[in-house]
Order: sequence, then structure tokens, then C-alpha cells
Amino acid sequence: MSKKPRKSRKEKKSGEAVKKEVVFEEIRKAVIEPGELIGKLIEEHGLHQKLPPVLVNSIRSIILGKYGVKPDEAAINQEFNNLAALAQRVYGVMESLRKNVPEAIVDEALSKLMDVASRYSLSNDELIKIREDVVQFYLHSLVEPGEPVGTIAAQSIGEPSTQMTLRTFHFAGVRELNVTLGLPRLIELVDAKRRPETPIMEIYLKEDYKHDLNVALEIARKLEYTNLEAVAVSAEIDLITESILIRLDRDMLEDKGLTVDSVVEALSKRKLLVGKVRVSEEDPLTLIVEAPKAYSHISKILKFRERLLKTKIKGVRGVKKVILQRRYSPSTGKYEYVLLTEGSNLAEVLGIPQVDHRRTRTNDIHEIERVLGIEAARQALISEMMNTLREQGLEVDVRHVMLVADLMTWSGIVRQIGRHGVVGEKRSVLARAAFEITTKQLFDASVSGEFDSLQGVAENVIIGQLMPFGTSFVELKTSPQQLARGGESQ
Amino acid sequence: MAESDKVIRGIKFGILSPEMIRKISVTAIVTPEVYDENGIPIEGGVMDPRLGVIEPGQRCATCGNTLAQCPGHFGHLELAKPVVHIGYVRHIFMLLKTTCHFCNRVKIPEEDVFRYRDLYRKLRDRWPQLASSLVEFVRQKASKALECPHCRARQFKIRLEKPATFIEEGGRGKLYPDVIKQWLSNIPNADLEILGVDPEVARPEWMVINVLPIPPIAVRPSIVLETGMRAEDDLTHKLVDIIRANEKLKEALNTGAPEIISEDLWELLQYHVMTYVDNELPGVPVAKRRSGMPLKTLSQRLKGKEGRFRGNLSGKRVDYSARTVISPDPNLDINEVGVPHEVAMTLTVPEYVTQWNLDKMREHVLNGPYKWPGANYVVDPSGRRLDLRYVKDLKALAESLKPGYIIERHLVDGDIVLFNRQPSLHKMSIMSHRVRVLPGKTFRLHLAVCPPYNADFDGDEMNLHIPQTVEARAEAEELLLVEKHILTPRYGGPIVGGIQDYISGGYLLTLKSTLLTKDQVSDLLATIDYSGEIPEPAILSPIEAWTGKQVFSLLLSEDFNFVGETRLSSGSLKCTSDECFWDTLLIVKKGKVLAGVIDKTVIGSQQPKSMMHYLIMEKGVKSGAEFMNKAFKLFLRYIEMVGFTMTLDNIKPEDRGMEEAAKVINDSYDEVRKLIDMYRAGQLEPVPGRTINETLEIRILDVLARARDDAGSSSIKHMSLTNPVYIMARTGARGGNLNITQMSVVVGQQSVRGERIWRGYRGRVLPHYKYEDLTPKARGFVESSFYRGLTPLEVFFHSAGGREGLVDTAVRTSQSGYMQRRLINALQDLYVEYDMSVRSLYGELVQFKYGEDSVDPKKTAFGKAVDIDRIVVKNVGWRMSI
Repeated sequence: MSKKPRKSRKEKKSGEAVKKEVVFEEIRKAVIEPGELIGKLIEEHGLHQKLPPVLVNSIRSIILGKYGVKPDEAAINQEFNNLAALAQRVYGVMESLRKNVPEAIVDEALSKLMDVASRYSLSNDELIKIREDVVQFYLHSLVEPGEPVGTIAAQSIGEPSTQMTLRTFHFAGVRELNVTLGLPRLIELVDAKRRPETPIMEIYLKEDYKHDLNVALEIARKLEYTNLEAVAVSAEIDLITESILIRLDRDMLEDKGLTVDSVVEALSKRKLLVGKVRVSEEDPLTLIVEAPKAYSHISKILKFRERLLKTKIKGVRGVKKVILQRRYSPSTGKYEYVLLTEGSNLAEVLGIPQVDHRRTRTNDIHEIERVLGIEAARQALISEMMNTLREQGLEVDVRHVMLVADLMTWSGIVRQIGRHGVVGEKRSVLARAAFEITTKQLFDASVSGEFDSLQGVAENVIIGQLMPFGTSFVELKTSPQQLARGGESQ
Repeated sequence: MAESDKVIRGIKFGILSPEMIRKISVTAIVTPEVYDENGIPIEGGVMDPRLGVIEPGQRCATCGNTLAQCPGHFGHLELAKPVVHIGYVRHIFMLLKTTCHFCNRVKIPEEDVFRYRDLYRKLRDRWPQLASSLVEFVRQKASKALECPHCRARQFKIRLEKPATFIEEGGRGKLYPDVIKQWLSNIPNADLEILGVDPEVARPEWMVINVLPIPPIAVRPSIVLETGMRAEDDLTHKLVDIIRANEKLKEALNTGAPEIISEDLWELLQYHVMTYVDNELPGVPVAKRRSGMPLKTLSQRLKGKEGRFRGNLSGKRVDYSARTVISPDPNLDINEVGVPHEVAMTLTVPEYVTQWNLDKMREHVLNGPYKWPGANYVVDPSGRRLDLRYVKDLKALAESLKPGYIIERHLVDGDIVLFNRQPSLHKMSIMSHRVRVLPGKTFRLHLAVCPPYNADFDGDEMNLHIPQTVEARAEAEELLLVEKHILTPRYGGPIVGGIQDYISGGYLLTLKSTLLTKDQVSDLLATIDYSGEIPEPAILSPIEAWTGKQVFSLLLSEDFNFVGETRLSSGSLKCTSDECFWDTLLIVKKGKVLAGVIDKTVIGSQQPKSMMHYLIMEKGVKSGAEFMNKAFKLFLRYIEMVGFTMTLDNIKPEDRGMEEAAKVINDSYDEVRKLIDMYRAGQLEPVPGRTINETLEIRILDVLARARDDAGSSSIKHMSLTNPVYIMARTGARGGNLNITQMSVVVGQQSVRGERIWRGYRGRVLPHYKYEDLTPKARGFVESSFYRGLTPLEVFFHSAGGREGLVDTAVRTSQSGYMQRRLINALQDLYVEYDMSVRSLYGELVQFKYGEDSVDPKKTAFGKAVDIDRIVVKNVGWRMSI
């Protein structure tokens, strides 16, 4: 995969684009700006007072769509008057929607209807019919109280998971990185595992830096965790001087953006090694590290070498590998640089000034909880689960995933779906006993004298009674026995 | 009915005190002997008749009831020396660590005890989770104290030697159960509360047993073998062991035997009582039967999948059920199930005799149990059950029927039953159907309901259950009927729908070129019981002819408008306007199909936002089901008329296509060779973070995968539009481009664990290849197609790839099964309240508004509650042009 030709092609393209931009700009300057004109017309007619912003916006965009290239003041005027009248008519009919239907749906309806009406002229009767349909569809789509949404959510996530692949590793777009996907990843999420099997970060850069390769490279270097071992070719023990000779690898140093001096400096930062590190006179690439007192004995010098090689030279702890990616962002139509890391350290990465903290993400739920809080963890759980499912081509409604995420996080901490979390903390002894570790639950319950008030599903199945939702959700306020006795109902 | 009015409000857990054990006991057990020489149970033995009735016909010596009524009664055994109850070892250990060995108070200063107790009481009911953290904190704190804050005694370290020996290091050494019991009995109630022990129901000294309850015989029935021998239950065996050990210990104590001996016997008693409770203790030898089978003792009865909890309490075996193989029947309705006569005559529905059904019921009784539709039992108003097999005069019985009788009659057409296929992964795995009693021995179901059950007919079996009460039948009919589950709540979309031949049939019928004669149209319309007018023919001369679209349109209501792309609309056949030649944009105006064909995206199952989906959403599930019944019958009738099959020739590659494909493959071989040469020469540039070897493999896989796709598409593009294999793939009826490629062009690279196959001999997979041969063929690239046939070596590679797939599914089902069990257990208590919030049955608030918009996914179009675009098309689509 040769990177060079691709790049040059892109450059050529962007060169052309720039040229086009310039031409457009000139045309724009030469003629009247339709946007401005419309803005003025809107002001004049006081449309903002008469119509909701969605409609005003769609008037604007319809005209721009039609006359963006060949503006004609008279035609725009004409069009504007027509559309304004149309918009007022549409709004007149649809206004009452707000009473029954949420704002977002009303806005969507208004802008789409405006679009359709400008092309096909909708009569008032038709508009009324549409309005009634919107209300009817919306009211019909609401959940019925008493619906066991938990079970439905669990099934909706569990059932498709039988169709998932088991292969742990998959190449997620980049071949350089292994990412856990499919069923193992989903299990990891509901387990709320302390650390994901393959922690990964996606680091975006702020607006000013995101197109700058040099900044991206610099940050990549800064991020990548490097210890002495990574840049050393050999580490020999000199028993006579009780020191260790480390030969550095020039290529690796260059690759990691290090110099011999910076390595010496990094090593000297460790208290134990102050004044013990120097560059060999014979070879500028060889470092001589004297063993400190504590390690000077022969038996311990091996251990010292181990420790020494593990010393951090630079980077962010946890970030093992950084990969630079050029990504096309459809919103700007430009390429930007994105850093992908193996390993995750959200707190420190967010501390880097050039990093765009709003878009940067990690797949470590617990880290998100620690750094950004429980709401962020909930959101992360939802998006991670949805992505995992979607990547496998399985469609599951967000509402189900949201319910699982909410159940895991509503108590304020991330709890796993299982013995050590949501199920283990159930109030009912029987429910816990029916799940796992039956006897322990029973013994513990007897010691603390627990009382099971048989409210949940599992308990009611066990004792053979109805669970109080669904068709058993409704209760009778009048007690037949009481009536028979001639007593008053409640 | 009076019994079911009783409601269990709750269950309180606690430990039986010795006094309580003696109180509920009907007799002390004193001897290890069970039966005398005549086989009569000995009084004072573990089978003492006072413990409950053993044989039918006898009356209980304690309560005087018969076998059916007597609940069984406990006995008790006085132990010579107390032993530790193994289930409470952890609690005893905790109590010994947290209390003073001298004054037996909790090692927390007095004032703190009160503070913690007040806090604990406040938390206990409202925040049980916090209360238990508090208890944990107190336990930690108390066990750390080096000196008792009450009596200033120095504290020793207590060690637990598994399974049940406590050692006080530096103090008394081994703590014997009687010492422990003494210690525990001195801990005051107030101290226990903050340690998480409820002294009212669980005094800690009760955790050390000196009186053992002997469970009633009903709990451990003995079985009589054919040989007349008695086989005792495992628990009985264990109890005999305990009594015997107890006797020996008692004797040793009485005769003043040396301490070592009596101590050993005490240990033995401890062992038996331990394994009586739990026979799977780590580090404890398992108590076995003579056959070597480990005994199933109390814990084993409760634990695990087949234990009491999961096996008998959470899931119960039922009567009125049937199971047999399933097979398809396209002539049924989707709401129906075909039931064999044999099953229909075994399963019954209780029906009350009323003055309105009296004649019908008489007929059932007259037919008797051996003639369908008959009845198996008659219950008279006094509750007496008559088995019709033994009723001599059915005629007289039929005559005597009057309102108030209950007839357990055979299943008849129209009865409502539950139908289920395992694994029951979602609610659509159990749906109710209407019975159609049919000849044969299999359950029959409509093909459109295969997707929700995930059923096929390669030997699948399914279960049938007959609801026995009016309430159950009403719920089955209103909530569980197949038509109520056409739409799945997983994503908004139909899960019941067209598959396989329904799709190809629909496509063939609605093709532009399909013209039907009057005879054909009449035939088709007769299969769906159409009784309206036949529309104007599309072609009047030379003969009158109708298009397939015309026929299909008769199923749509006059006010239905729809516009949508079909599955065929892709690549060179893509249509975006209503003036398109390829006829792949479906346009329905005022219930008439004007353009486009029917295929998977129009009537397929699991196709959200399809024409059928909107039809169901807007016209209701009942008409949706009706539409499916008719449309699918129509499609099948048409496919029968024209004939649709495939032969070997249909996958024979076209010569032109084959040449192109061969070139593509050969080019890829060259490319791979170049890569290998570069690799050997050390010129291959590694992908960052990968070794050279990995890089090479990744790139070869890439090249070969691309080669297969390219070869496939170059061949497929030459396929005829009338080729049935091509039709099936394009319409989505069955198979895809990959399947066609594999059948007619090239099977492609086989892989194990995502790598080319390399395991086998050193440096090569099979001895047929050279050492370190990296070429495609030596590493599992199957160049042949299924049409040409695989070489022996290719078969070998293909089988390796195939095996991995099988192993993968086997592993996956267990993993995802467990995940689903946990999800269900965690989420099952959640429901929507009247205020649209989601709460658990324990009163916890989980979401303020279900799904943030309180919309039921089932009633949405792929997640959208209101699909404005659709509403526009629905209303004014008839005059829109695209």
C-alpha cells in the first residue's frame, strides 16, 4: 500500500478545489448575494415573529436551492412572497400539533411539509389529514404502561448476540491495531470489566491543528510510551565497574524523536540514578549506568538491569502504540489527522493543549467514569454497545441499549450485569438464589434474618403467583371480600 | 378456588434454634437401624412411621392423613457433642474475629456501638446496599482491634483451617465446637445487630448444632426396585451415617475412652454432618455411595441448573403439552398450526357445559376418547372425574349432561394453543396459534412464521401447550397470537414476512413481462378466495391479458400509496425516477402497482420501512396478516404455474465470464508471487506495528480476497436475468453473490483463525508441497468452483475451514446463552409506570422517561415514532412524481 501516490492525488484534487473556490468567490462578489436578499426580505416581512425558525429556515434554503447560482432579484422576490404565504398557511394548519406532539417531531414535520408543499402544492384538507396522521401515529407509538420493557430489552440484545462472530480480534479499519469486537466485546461491556481487553483511544486535534501533520506527529511522539528497552540494542553488565553498558539504537531513537541526551536526561530524573548516567567516551551511542548502592551486589545487578530497562523515557503511561490516520471529514470536506492509540489514558491525553477534548474518546468505560463522571460513562456504554452491535450488522433499537446502560449506572457507579453487580444487589433472596451461588445466598439470608417480600419476577415465578405488571398491572380497589361482608371499599 | 385466594406476602429467613427443632419434632431418633428383619421400619430409626406415610393406603401415625394429604413430619437427633454447621463457617469465623474471646463483646467501643446501630437501623430498609457496606466496615474495624475496648483483654489471632477448624493462635489453640458455642452464646444481641446478624431469628450459637432436625420421609422417599429390594435415598444414607457416628461418640464418652479416640469420633461426626449439608466442600473427601457415585446431599439438591431453584422452582414441568417434528404447510394461515389427530385426541380443553353448547358437548361425549372430535373426561358438578375410557354407556352419560358439567374435550379447529421452539431467545419464541387438526404426525406451520421461531424443517421439533383456563385463553388470544408479533420490538420492523419462494414468486408475478390469460388470472384469484370484479385487462388484443401487477394490486386497498426502491435497484439496474426502464422502483398509487417489482425489500421478513411494514402499521396487524396470507398464497400459486427450479447448468459459468475470472485469478497469483519475492529479498515494507511475516500474510489475504470478489463479479455480470440462481440472489430469496461465486467461479481462500492455513507438517501443510511454499494453493486457496469440483487437496483445506465454523458456533451459543441469562436476570423486574418512567418492582427508579421519548420501539418505523416522509407519501403520494 503505497502511501505516496495517494497523497499526491489528494493534493492535486485539493489544488483544483481551491481554484474552483476562487472562481466561485469572484462570481459571488459580482452579483447580489441571494442569502442577503432573503435575509432582508425576512426582516421586512417580520417573518420571525410570524413563523417558527424551522419554517423561516426552510424558506431560505428552498430559495437558495433554486436561485443560488443565477440570482434574479425579481424572481426571488416573487418566490419569497409565494413561499411566505405558503409557510403561513402550512403553519396555520400545523400549529395545533404542538399541543399533542413533542417539539422535535413538529419541527421536522414543518420543514419537511414546507419542502413538499413548495413542490406539490398541498391543499388545506390534505394538510389537515397529514396533521391528524402525525398526531395519531405519535400517540399510537407510545409504550403501554405495565410493559415489561426490561425483559424485552434483555431479549433484544441477547437474541441477536447468538448470531455474532466469536473472533476476538478484528482489524478495525486500521490493520495496525487489534480491537476486541463482536460477542467478546459485548460481554466485556455488560460485565463492566475493569480494563477492556484492548483499550484504544481515538484522539482528535483542535480546529487549529487538525490539518497540521507536524503537530500531529509531535503529539504522537509525545504520547507514545517508550522505555529504555525500546531504544536499546543491548544492555551488558560490566561486573568490574558494577555498571551497565547500554547501546542505543540510532534508528529507534530517531523514530521515537529522541536524542542520546534526552535519554540521559530522562534517566537522570530518577532519584536512584542521579549522577550515575553518562555517555561513553568511546562510543557516543553507548550509555554507562552505574549501579546504585542498593543494587551493587552481583546477585542484584541482574534485577537492576531489568528495572533500568523498564524506565520510562517519555510518553503517557498506558499508551503503547500511536498510529496516525488521515481521515476525511464530510462536514468540512477536508482531511484531518486523527491519532489512534493502543492503550488508554484519558486524563493525561485530555491534558494536552492541542487535543480536542470534545471529540477525543476511549473505549475504557471505567476510565471515562473516573475522569468524566457517571453520565459520560452511561453515554459511552450506549455508544460502545450500539457500535459493537452495528459493526456486526445487527440492528437493535437504542432504547433497549439505553435501558441496559441506565440500569448499570443509575446508582451512581458502573455496576456489572451479573453476580457482582445488578443481580447480586437485588433485594430479594430468592431472586439471587435462583440466579447463581444458591446456597451462599440462603445461608447469608438466614444469618441476617432477611425478609423477602416477593416483589420481583423471579420470586413470583417461584411461589407461583402473578407478577404485578402486564395484565396483572391493574389492581382492584374494591375488595370483593369486604363488599361481601358489607364493608366499605377503600 | 378458595386456596388460590391465599397470597404469600413474604418469606422470612432465619436459623432453627435447638428448642424449635425439638418442638417441631415428633420423635427423637435414637438408633441407626432402619428396618427390622421383616422389612418393617423401626421406631426411633430414620424411617420411623411417625415421620410420615410411606406407602399408599396407610394412614400417618402422627396426623392420621393419607399419603396425599400428609405433609410429613420432622424428627430430631440429639448429638453427643455439638458440631459446626458448615454453611455458617464464614459467619462463625467473622463473629470470632470481631468479638472478644474473654468478654465476648464486639470489639467496638460502647458509644460507637450505639452510633452504628442507629445508623444501621436507618439504612436497613431504605438502602440495604449501604447498610451492608456499613456492616462490612464495622466488621473490618472490630476485627482489627488488638485489645478489647470493654475488658481490655489482649486479642489473639483466630485462624480458620478449612473446612471447619478454628484455631486461636497464642491462646487456647484449637477451639472445639462446644467452646465456640459457649463463646457465641455470650455475644449480646445489641452487638450482633451491627455485625449484620439478626439475633431475633439467628442467635449465633445456633450455628453450632447440637440437635439435628431429621427431615420427613416425604423429602427422602425410598424406591422399591423390581427385585423387591429397597433403595434408600442419599439423604437417608447420610442420616444413618450421622446416627452411627453419633452413637459411637456417645459410647466413647460414656465409657471414658481416651481423649484421642473420642476426639477422632467427634471429627468423624463433624465430617458426616458437614457432608450431609454440602458434599462438594473443597478439601473434604466426598461421601460416596457403594457404587462410587457421590451422594447428593442438601446443597446439591438446591444448586445449579437442575437444582431445586433453577430446575423446579424457576422452571416447572407441565401437563397438557406435546412435542413433535415440524413441517411446512403453505395452505395454513399464519395464525394457524396444524396438529395431528393423535395429538388432538390426547390433549384436552376443559369446556363448561352450558345450555348453548349442550348439543355440541353431547356429541363430544358420544364420540368418546377414541374418535375425534371426542372427549377424554367428564367432570360432574360434584367434582367427580369420569374417565371416558371406562365408561360403558357413553350414550347415557351424554344424555345426563347438563349445565354445570365440565367436558375435557379433544382439540378442535379454532382452539387457541401456545407454540414454542427452543431456544426461547425472545418473546416471539412462544406465540399462540389457532388449531387446525390435520392428518399426519407432524405439527404444521406457515412458512412466514419461520423467522421469529428461527425454525427450519431439517428435523426441528416444537412444543405445544394448551391453556386450561378462560383467562389464559383470553390472554393467549389477545396478546400472544402470531399476528400480534409480526412487528418485532428489537427494531421497528416486521419479523414475520416473505422468505425464499415467496420472494422469487412475488418477483416473477410482478415482472414487467408477466402477462396472464383470463384462465390464469381466475386460477390465481381463486386460490385467494377473491370474490370481486376482475379488473380491465391491460391488453385487449390479440387476446385479453392481465399483468401480474394488476393481480397483486387487488390485495391492496384503494387508498394505499407507496414509493420505494426494490432490492434489485442497485448497480446497473438502479432506478431513481418513475420513468425508469429497469422497473426496479416500486410505485404504488391508490392501491395500484404502477411500476416496480415485489422482492425482499418489499415483502421480506426483517425488512423495516418496507411496503409491507407500512401496510401493517397503517392498516393494523389483522389486515397485515390477512394480506400476507393472501399474497403468499398468490405468489406460491404463480410460482407453481410457471415452475421455478435450478439445475446444474444454471451455475455453469459463461465462457466469457470464465475467461475474465481466470485472468483475474492469474493476475492475483502474479501479484502474490511478487509479494513473496519481495519478502524473500527482504524488500517488503512492514505495516507499522506488524512483523514482516504478518505483513506478507495480510497483504496476500487482501489480494486473494479481492481476486475472488473481482472474479465473481466479472462472471456474475454475464449471467442471464432469467437465470433462477441469479433471480434468487438478486431478489434476496436465497443466496448472494458470494454463493454464486463459490458455486460457479472460485471457492476462494480458506482460513483458520483469520489466517491462511499453515498448520500441519513443518513448513508446509501437507507433504504434497515444498518446504515453505507460500503460494496461494499451498496455503489453502481453493481455485476450483463447486461446479468444477474440488481437488482432494482442496477438499482437505475446505474441511479445515468448515470445521472452524462448526466449533465457533458451538462455543458461541454457550457464551451468548450465559450473557442472555444474566441480562434477563438483571432486567426482568423493570416495567413502565403510568407516568412513563421505568421502575423496578422493588421501587427503584431507573429511567424518568422510557427511552427518553416513551416510545415503544415495536410501534416505530425503524426507531422513528413519526415518519413524516411516509405520512406525506401516504396522503398525497398518489399525485407525486419521482
